[in-house]
Amino acid sequence: MASSAIASNAPDTFNYKVVRQFALMSVVWAIVGMLVGVILAAQLIWPDITFNIPWLSYGRLRPLHTNAVIFAFGGSALFAASYYVVQRTCHTRLFCDTLAAFTFWGWQLVIVLAAITLPLGITGSKEYAELEWPIDILIALVWVAYAVVFFGTVIQRKTKHIYVSNWFFGAYILTIAILHIVNNIEMPASLWKSYSAYSGAQDAMIQWWYAHNAVGFFLTTSFLGLMYYFIPKQAERPIYSYRLSIVHFWALNFTYMWAGPHHLQHTALPDWAQSLGMVFSLILLAPSWGGMINGIMTLSGAWHKLRTDPILKFLVVALSFYGMSTFEGSMMSIKTVNALSHYTDWTIGHVHSGALGWVSMITIGTLYYLIPRLVGEKEMFSVKLIEVHFWISTVAVVLYIAAMWIAGVMQGLMWRAFEADGTLTYSFVESVKATYPFYVIRFLGGLLYLSGMLLMAYNVIKTVSRKRFVEAAIPAVALQPAH
Amino acid sequence: MESLYLLIPLSLALVVLIVVVLFWAVKSGQFDDLEGPAHAILLDDDGKKTAESSKVDPHQ
Repeated sequence: MASSAIASNAPDTFNYKVVRQFALMSVVWAIVGMLVGVILAAQLIWPDITFNIPWLSYGRLRPLHTNAVIFAFGGSALFAASYYVVQRTCHTRLFCDTLAAFTFWGWQLVIVLAAITLPLGITGSKEYAELEWPIDILIALVWVAYAVVFFGTVIQRKTKHIYVSNWFFGAYILTIAILHIVNNIEMPASLWKSYSAYSGAQDAMIQWWYAHNAVGFFLTTSFLGLMYYFIPKQAERPIYSYRLSIVHFWALNFTYMWAGPHHLQHTALPDWAQSLGMVFSLILLAPSWGGMINGIMTLSGAWHKLRTDPILKFLVVALSFYGMSTFEGSMMSIKTVNALSHYTDWTIGHVHSGALGWVSMITIGTLYYLIPRLVGEKEMFSVKLIEVHFWISTVAVVLYIAAMWIAGVMQGLMWRAFEADGTLTYSFVESVKATYPFYVIRFLGGLLYLSGMLLMAYNVIKTVSRKRFVEAAIPAVALQPAH
Repeated sequence: MESLYLLIPLSLALVVLIVVVLFWAVKSGQFDDLEGPAHAILLDDDGKKTAESSKVDPHQ
């Protein structure tokens, strides 16, 4: 290690500019994306709330909501955090500032184009991949640039070891590139219309191979990279078991790719493929919980920090939701459970316990850690407000998912209820009517979560305003402690 | 299910890639020390005010 310590003596700085650009935009897009979500929730209660304006109709806003929260909010946060972590752990500046700046402006352009085209009804109609072919090409270009910047930085690292978070980020970047390209092979018919290369059940299989692994790698693997860096840093303790984190990484990568068919249980997909998806989904529980336990046990011996540190609360509660929703997901992939849950609001509840509980909370904790450091401060403007934000978010998620669980199970039971003569007990609209009160509770949960984000935005503005953004110097590689 | 003729080879190719990378990582000594790296990130002090220099803390 002595040689690497000498090699890093050159005084240089980290590229914090692109990190803060992405970090701040992440907060903005969170509010936009969640606001659209709240509008959608309101439309389910009051269908006329947007005055039947076509651009604001449910079918057009829904992909806008999912794209905004996943790719704009989550994506920007991932760019920020991965650029920060890879620089800090590799003790080197980002590879190629120009390309890094291109990823920022390119990604923001993708988001703006999505926000324009989706309400106009321009869509490829593939879930989570709605954007039309010119935007798909732009995404591919930005993503390749991201890969070059990230792996370029890893290659020019000043440390011998590649920290585990970077492995998670690397897997996510590579996989998303492959998923995006394979799923979006399409024939353009005009500038804003294209047709998928696949059709029917084939298309469904490709689509859910994509969407399942997009959730797996865009919303899980990548955010685990955040978890393995920011939980130890915020807790000021090393990860409970570094060995387990390595096992977690490889096990996750070997199993995740095969679970996609569980989104197509009881469909035209061959039965063996459905069973394969189910089996791999159950196997997946092992690495998922291994990782969750690893993160939570990092606090073993320092549980008292959870009492006073709201950032740590965000990070650890996020992990609890991760454990809960991965368990729930594996259970829902079982064919008999899926027969009840499929097409009901239970699925929506499951998605949001992952999205609001796991992804958003780990992101919020990360941003609260990151943003003060980007202006040379140790803490946010108000730690008290972080505490308030934490409780608002937690109550909001519980309201949301509990409402959807009850609604989902109720819908599933109503749809499958038969009379003695073989006729259905309930008409579909009766199940919609019965769901109404739960839609109201879900709306309140969403509204609460959004208000927490507004509080965060205020806190962020107060933290960064009238402050100079910093470019921290690259520290020498510390010699690793003997043990 | 023609799509599976695409997806299964693709997934198998990825498994091969993962195996190759895993073997590279093991052979190149990435996982020789499974304690030090966990502590190393904590030695990197990213929380100090920027007015101060970025020298490594002598107490570490």
